[in-house]
Amino acid sequence: MTDNFYGEVLADHNLHPLHRHELPCATHVCKGLNPTCGDDIELHLDIHDGVITDGSFTGLGCAISQASADIMLELIIGKTPDEARYYASLFHKMIEGKITDEELEELEEAGALQNVLKMPARVKCAMLSWNTMEKLLNGGDS
Amino acid sequence: MTKRHSKELMRVSEEVKTVSKKNISKADFPVFEKYKDLVYLDNSATQQKPRQVLERVEKYYREENANPLRGLYDLSVKATDAYENSREKVREFIGANTTKEIIFTRNASESLNLIAYSWGRANIESGDEILVAISEHHSDLLPWQLLAKEKGAEIKYLDCDKYGEYTADDLKKALTPKTKIFAIAQISNVFGRVNPIKEFAKICHDNGTLIVCDGAQSVPHIPVDVNDLDVDFLAFSGHKMLAPMGIGVLYGREELLEKMPPFLSGGEMIEYVTREGATYAELPHKFEAGTVNVGGAVGLAAAIDYINDLGFEAIEKRENELTELAFNEMKKIPYVNIIGSEKAEDHHGILTFTIEGVHPHDVAAIFDADNIAIRAGHHCAQPLHQHLGVQSTTRMSLAFYNDEQDIKRFIETLKTIRRRMGYDR
Repeated sequence: MTDNFYGEVLADHNLHPLHRHELPCATHVCKGLNPTCGDDIELHLDIHDGVITDGSFTGLGCAISQASADIMLELIIGKTPDEARYYASLFHKMIEGKITDEELEELEEAGALQNVLKMPARVKCAMLSWNTMEKLLNGGDS
Repeated sequence: MTKRHSKELMRVSEEVKTVSKKNISKADFPVFEKYKDLVYLDNSATQQKPRQVLERVEKYYREENANPLRGLYDLSVKATDAYENSREKVREFIGANTTKEIIFTRNASESLNLIAYSWGRANIESGDEILVAISEHHSDLLPWQLLAKEKGAEIKYLDCDKYGEYTADDLKKALTPKTKIFAIAQISNVFGRVNPIKEFAKICHDNGTLIVCDGAQSVPHIPVDVNDLDVDFLAFSGHKMLAPMGIGVLYGREELLEKMPPFLSGGEMIEYVTREGATYAELPHKFEAGTVNVGGAVGLAAAIDYINDLGFEAIEKRENELTELAFNEMKKIPYVNIIGSEKAEDHHGILTFTIEGVHPHDVAAIFDADNIAIRAGHHCAQPLHQHLGVQSTTRMSLAFYNDEQDIKRFIETLKTIRRRMGYDR
């Protein structure tokens, strides 16, 4: 089937998210909110000895915000906070349309969100989890 | 346009001809010439503008433009006439007693803020109560919240049931000797249901309570007579009824407006200014500081002419037919849940809904991909969404210039949404 509105990758992460669950042991928790649309997520990260060992998200949002959060966690679990920040900077570059092909490769499945560029109204949805992650790593909420 | 479609249009036009001076015609709206494939179903947010309104505004700026109300030359007199004749047109349209009761504002939000700031700050004291219907748009809720906070007054909410209905009994129970004012829309922008304003006004007045009616969603669609309803204030926007953006109306009973202090100050609202103080201009100019929006006002008058030429009978008939068509088709889809009444005739062109498992933003994005404009979110009514226990919803809202083809396209896309989100395969 090819008539998936957002494509298979996003549809799959939205309908069957791997990381959408509570994480009671998390060392860090941070809330992210899109005030204009009322979408909110809560990001949970478990960080030990400078490594993100586990992570999850909860809350409500559209398919783009949910899939983006799930894909992001897939990418950053097992990485250091600095590596996670680097992926966030790549994601920003992608949304701004300034990413190189090599960099896009590094983003793996997150590259499926590149088409959000064509939907300016949805950029905030795609960015929600990434902004929340950066806020968390910079000491927000917890 | 398909053959069948044009036949349908002709049929409706024939019926309408008997009650109107003018036929309903989508061809009056230039936006649909530019975007031939556009299905516009966001009319509760703003309506498209007919050629007649656009041409009237342009004529004003070409032939009558000067600073009105103070010029001592012919062109300024023309501008003043254009402005004041528009006010008279509005007065007649809503059945007010005098043009002193018609204040031009930017929109319904500004009208409602004017009441809260001017009447509210002069009349609300600590311990007073302000009653607000839970389905109110933020613009008829936040001004009252701010006022209550500032004055130490209490804000109370009148709840509706899940069908959007408010009862006289609930209102009577909610009113206390301390309730100074009750704010409610005549038609909710989420439910589309008409509230019994006339009955509620009587109950309020028997309690010594004033009633503010938000007419933003009702004045464009049903005949509204302020004397018949007996409301103390009525607010509405021009842009939701074919007129340009930036022109709105506040109706207030003359004796209330007389006693209210000015809202904004500046030019054209004073009589005499000294170093110590000022005496203010007569109504309605007391509330219209600065150079006014004459272009907007003449546009609104042209919109009223357009509506009068069609007649509310034809407008309501058309909008109710299209609402019923959409409602019945939506009811056939098991995963679509319509918010509010289970009767089509209670919706007045507004159908707010959710789709099981699909977020409203994704719903709106798919409609947009099919060139159908609808609205998603909380529709500036967050407390209502909390009351109903839904995070956000999708809303389609139609106007008389929509047609059966628009509804058909809407339903066709609606049926594809779950599949296109990856379900049911």
